[in-house]
Amino acid sequence: MLQPATDLGFAQRVKALACTAPLHDLDNRKNQVQTADFSVYQMSELALNAIDLVTLAMDFDAGAPPELIVTGVAGFAARQAPLRAGGEHLRAARWVLESLLNVGSADRGFRAVYGMTAGDGSYQRFEFDFKLLEEVVGPDGSIFLRATNEAVNVLVGALELDIESAQIAADLRLETLIRRGRLSDAQSAAQSARYRTIQYGEKLRQRLEATERDVRTVDWLHEMPKFIAEALEHIAARYRAENAIMTNITEVRDTADTPATKLQAAKLVDVVRDCLRRHEQLQAALQGAGRRFRAQQDRQTFAPGSSVATLDLHAQLLVPALGLPVRDAEPVLSGYVGRSAGVHVPDAVRLLDLFTALITPPAERELLGEPVEEPDLDEAPEEPPFPAECYELLDGLLDLDPEAPRRLSGLLDEARRLHPELPHLVVVRVVALAAQEINPALRHNLPGVYVAVDDGTPLMDAEYGGADLIVARARVEKEEVMA
Amino acid sequence: MTTQLTADAARLVGYGLRPRLVPARDDTYRGLIVRASTDDEFAAAVQAVAAGFDLVVMEISERAGIVVASTDESVFAIRAGDYWRRAGGDGKASDRVLHALAHLGAATMAFPRPADLANETYLGRITVDGVEAFVREAAGRLAEAAVRNDDADTAAGEPGLEASWRVYSRRAQTGSTGDGRRLPSSTTGIVGRALTFLSEQGLLTRTGDERHGTYRTTPRYRTQVREAGVLMFDELLSLGITAISDGSATIEVAWTPEALTEL
Repeated sequence: MLQPATDLGFAQRVKALACTAPLHDLDNRKNQVQTADFSVYQMSELALNAIDLVTLAMDFDAGAPPELIVTGVAGFAARQAPLRAGGEHLRAARWVLESLLNVGSADRGFRAVYGMTAGDGSYQRFEFDFKLLEEVVGPDGSIFLRATNEAVNVLVGALELDIESAQIAADLRLETLIRRGRLSDAQSAAQSARYRTIQYGEKLRQRLEATERDVRTVDWLHEMPKFIAEALEHIAARYRAENAIMTNITEVRDTADTPATKLQAAKLVDVVRDCLRRHEQLQAALQGAGRRFRAQQDRQTFAPGSSVATLDLHAQLLVPALGLPVRDAEPVLSGYVGRSAGVHVPDAVRLLDLFTALITPPAERELLGEPVEEPDLDEAPEEPPFPAECYELLDGLLDLDPEAPRRLSGLLDEARRLHPELPHLVVVRVVALAAQEINPALRHNLPGVYVAVDDGTPLMDAEYGGADLIVARARVEKEEVMA
Repeated sequence: MTTQLTADAARLVGYGLRPRLVPARDDTYRGLIVRASTDDEFAAAVQAVAAGFDLVVMEISERAGIVVASTDESVFAIRAGDYWRRAGGDGKASDRVLHALAHLGAATMAFPRPADLANETYLGRITVDGVEAFVREAAGRLAEAAVRNDDADTAAGEPGLEASWRVYSRRAQTGSTGDGRRLPSSTTGIVGRALTFLSEQGLLTRTGDERHGTYRTTPRYRTQVREAGVLMFDELLSLGITAISDGSATIEVAWTPEALTEL
């Protein structure tokens, strides 16, 4: 008797099938849309195009802006139905995108139920939850789209394969295709190689972000060095392969006899160039990964902490709670929220307040509210901190003979005789002079520059302490500029 | 015990019910705090008044003020039901788990190391996006472990047996609604609500709008988390599922010089 398939491979195939269901569903539902006639569009193709666009726009840090994807998909829609209006193409694109996100479901995802025959012959049903596109927060707070692994796998057609082995297969295929001159196939193979690179980048990005939040959540002892080594190896291999391909196609492009072949080769050159760019980006990120980890480790692990240890919230509460079934986790977690969130003071209503509130007639309100008065703002000039005459006196005081520098103490004595507030201004100005540089004076063609020098003599003064600076005015003599 | 002493003790307990007041900004409050730490008779009266309200005094310090926690039968207890009602969830167990995970994630992110929870001068800084990503990452690691153990999916039709991390991983991280608002039922929305609630409770202080809201912890929050955490730990122990740690970090990070040069 023939045994039904019971292995994991079977489950993977069933799940792979399930991932395509939302796309087929689009074509089934398009006729039920009440507000527009979408029957002319090939919705599943538009959906694949959308996933394509999102995946290609996914960069190391960011995803695809939704509006860009809508415009892109609307472009494909326009090609499918050139007679329809542009607004309808946009509506169709938006409908496809919302369906791929499954807007309207609480989780914004899809669920498929599948069954497997267990070892003892019993049939068991499981739930498989997946997403095709997801909305994530970008660095600037805006929403981006990213394609999930399931989407990339469905798209590439290599269902749930190990990243590395799929890559090797893709490379081999690509080289063979180019050798045989099948350029359109070569182009798709090059594109699928690019998806793999994107996946590596995505995984690295997630790991690094997790490290930044908490070093301990990522295994930097075994897993990360291995992953980084693998990814670098991938890049090195891809680099060699792509450079070889590049030479090959450039040859094809330059020697091609038909314009179509020429065009195809040129497109392929673009794809491979993009691959090379992405690899450089990923390589830079990989090389920086160790540095970022060490910085985070310094910040987190070696930060001084108290020696009295209490609970490890992450290992002892959060992870176990996440692992519990909902039924058991709910009471424990609810208890935590109730106790950790402080106290709740119930509102007590006084009868008098209630009565007053009830008998007070509602306040009449103008529909537009009070007229808004434009505040009349005066430009208030900033008051100088010292009286104006002080500045004039200061200029006179500091108009020094370049040949005769003076001590600060002498300047202060003279200032005291001239004006009660002048000494303070002198101190402020002289201290600023001590930090003056000669280059700006040269640039502005000033005749001289003030210098304040500390020769070690302490300042003997009733109000101010510090060094008795020597204040001098140095003449600026321009040197001939050397050529 | 005089009437005046009781009145003062009750006044101090009353401050504990207004968590946004801090001793540093209120002379009467500070005076009562100092008195509680120097006058044994007054301290006993405070405990007695609190016990009469079914409250437990967890801490009296100049930094945190008086921190009281409610026992389950207290009129001041936060009923989980009130929170879910205000949070607008549809009351399903899985929704309550999501909201509670947001709270626990916020505490974990605020006090990542055991020592932080023990250090009373430690100030944690958290953001809505950070907490969301932190819990999502923890859930993601359990997902990876499940895949390794060939345990990728749950049995159909038994929502109560589904692991909590699946509920969290499945829920959308963010999303736009038709009218341009953020999706409140997304995990970012749920975390945002939890942190807003904690800041209304005087446990967090909002410091900015970056990353959907930036907050720092208050000394009171540390006390509350520690006490609630210990009780939750006991409950998990009674379910037989939690790790005993010696207080060091969960994953040891030890680098050999060779490994460092390779990076």
